Amino acid sequence: MDMKASKKKLGLKERYAHLTRGLDWETSYQKMDDVFPFDKFEGIKIHDWDKWEDPFRLTMDAYWKYQAEKERKLYAIIDAFQQNNGHLGITDARYVNALKLFITGISPLEYMAHRGFTHVGRHFRGVGPRVACQMQAIDEIRHSQTQIHSMSNYNRHYNGMHDFKNMIEKVWYLSVPRSFFDDAVTAGPFEFMIAIGFSFEYVLTNLLFVPFISGAAFNGDMGATTFGFSAQSDEARHMTLGLECIKFMLEQDPDNLPIVQKWIDKWTWRGVRVLSLVGMMMDYMLPKRVMSWQEAWEIYFEQNGGALFKDLARYGITIPKCVEQVTKDKEHISHQVWSTFYQYGGVAAFHTWMPSDEEMDWLSAKYPNTFDKYYRPRFTYWREQEAQGKRFYNNSLPMLCQTCQIPLVFTEPDDPTKIAYRESDYQGEKYHFCSDGCKEIFDNEPEKYVQAWLPVHQIYQGHCFKPDVDPTAPGFDPLAAVLDWYNLVDGQDNKDFNGSEDQRNFAAWRGMATRND
Amino acid sequence: MPVVALKPYQGEVKDRQENFHGNQLLYVGWEDHLMFCAPLCFMLPPDLRFGDLPEQILPGAYGAHPDWARVDWSEARWFRSGRPWQPDFDKTLAENGLGHKEVLRFQTPGLTGIAGSCS
Repeated sequence: MDMKASKKKLGLKERYAHLTRGLDWETSYQKMDDVFPFDKFEGIKIHDWDKWEDPFRLTMDAYWKYQAEKERKLYAIIDAFQQNNGHLGITDARYVNALKLFITGISPLEYMAHRGFTHVGRHFRGVGPRVACQMQAIDEIRHSQTQIHSMSNYNRHYNGMHDFKNMIEKVWYLSVPRSFFDDAVTAGPFEFMIAIGFSFEYVLTNLLFVPFISGAAFNGDMGATTFGFSAQSDEARHMTLGLECIKFMLEQDPDNLPIVQKWIDKWTWRGVRVLSLVGMMMDYMLPKRVMSWQEAWEIYFEQNGGALFKDLARYGITIPKCVEQVTKDKEHISHQVWSTFYQYGGVAAFHTWMPSDEEMDWLSAKYPNTFDKYYRPRFTYWREQEAQGKRFYNNSLPMLCQTCQIPLVFTEPDDPTKIAYRESDYQGEKYHFCSDGCKEIFDNEPEKYVQAWLPVHQIYQGHCFKPDVDPTAPGFDPLAAVLDWYNLVDGQDNKDFNGSEDQRNFAAWRGMATRND
Repeated sequence: MPVVALKPYQGEVKDRQENFHGNQLLYVGWEDHLMFCAPLCFMLPPDLRFGDLPEQILPGAYGAHPDWARVDWSEARWFRSGRPWQPDFDKTLAENGLGHKEVLRFQTPGLTGIAGSCS
């Protein structure tokens, strides 16, 4: 290769240029379209891949050096936290249930993001985006590993975290985050970049990481705080990559705009639905509150996201059409989702509970328009029932949305007393949805979503029992068989926090750490 | 276009009626009673007498609600896919025209949930 060696050492910018320009060639024995079969079928037109500008220009040697430094700090802190029984310094063992949701519902997504970026890091025709996606693929697997490592300490002491790899493929509510990523990684590479690189990383990750990690810090969890900070510096890079990708598509050809807009609308809505889990975590699962879900939404989505969409307006991008609805929904979703887990807590890998008086007052103050009117009466009734030994569990299976797979728990945007029902007919079958957003996603690509693995229907079809189970045997208990298939122990991993082994152990261990009896 | 894909394909419809062992799915929601967070999904034989639904099946599902004991079925209003609909209690689901994955709602006038909150 002819390369002028004008200087002894190349600067970072030059090294990056050599890494991402001029290394590829036009193939002659094979057609380029056969070498890169995935980057045209979505209809995105790219005329000049060299116009790709990676704002970080990261090379492997620099990347390795930065990450190694962060890794050393992270593991030193995790070790110290473990050796000092740091888990006994958290506010309250209820907090650990947020970690259970995280390890079962979020960390596996980091791994799926790794797989997705590895895939697109192979299939873009241009070297620049390929290199950037490969770097991000390494980040993503690192995030999943560091999360698993720092939470494994809790797994030694608390129930429900013992089998997250198995649970993400089986447990009903985990099909919500799982189907989100399955949808993204089975799309083409450009849609994946909008789904994960833009909507998830740019528009929504802040809502996941910033409140969660502040929540961890507020509740005394140094382990999770540290992996959060360690990951957050990567996220800044990922967000910039997602934004660059979107600008690149829009600058390359005007025909790309309607396709990109449709993906932004779709993936913002899909992300909003998944984030309802985070809303519940913030408003109900952190014993020491950081801010309400509504407040977080206003700062990170409405203000920050709003500024982003203003920036994209010059390309013709408009604000996702779901924004009007989510602005109304933000006062409701966390209460509706916590109600759901409370009543289906018998089949969850974490504990649920009713808020205390003080916590209900906090919720009233944060949600003056909605909490006392729609949710406090329900919660008060449930607390009375629990006090009488009749803790409420819903014993029937719920109706699920074909797209987001969440039970139909969300109400009409303009009437919080009515469940929102939507349906479509496709090739003689009926399909049901929780919202206009989910229905529209289905209607655009029905062949994709007719394949949805809906946990409730799968249970009825008999696919959620261990192979040696006979559902026709006398006295067959389907709930027990499903829990067994999930690898959940009834009375230990599930149900109410009050009376749980976690609650008893935490009280006993903290007692030993602070008293001499 | 039914799917954006590399080449044409047909998705496997996971929830065809034949996958439910001779039964069909029926979704039921009780209006103004959001203590039950979502409509319920039942797997029922098509030859079930419709009246067995409110008389035999729903009490096990909704009986924990303080309003349940006050439900008067002669007053109840039914909706099928959101439109007013009148079931014949003595006919079967199939004879009532209910197919696989139909959604019914019922409203019980005068009952508006815990402390009138539609819970």
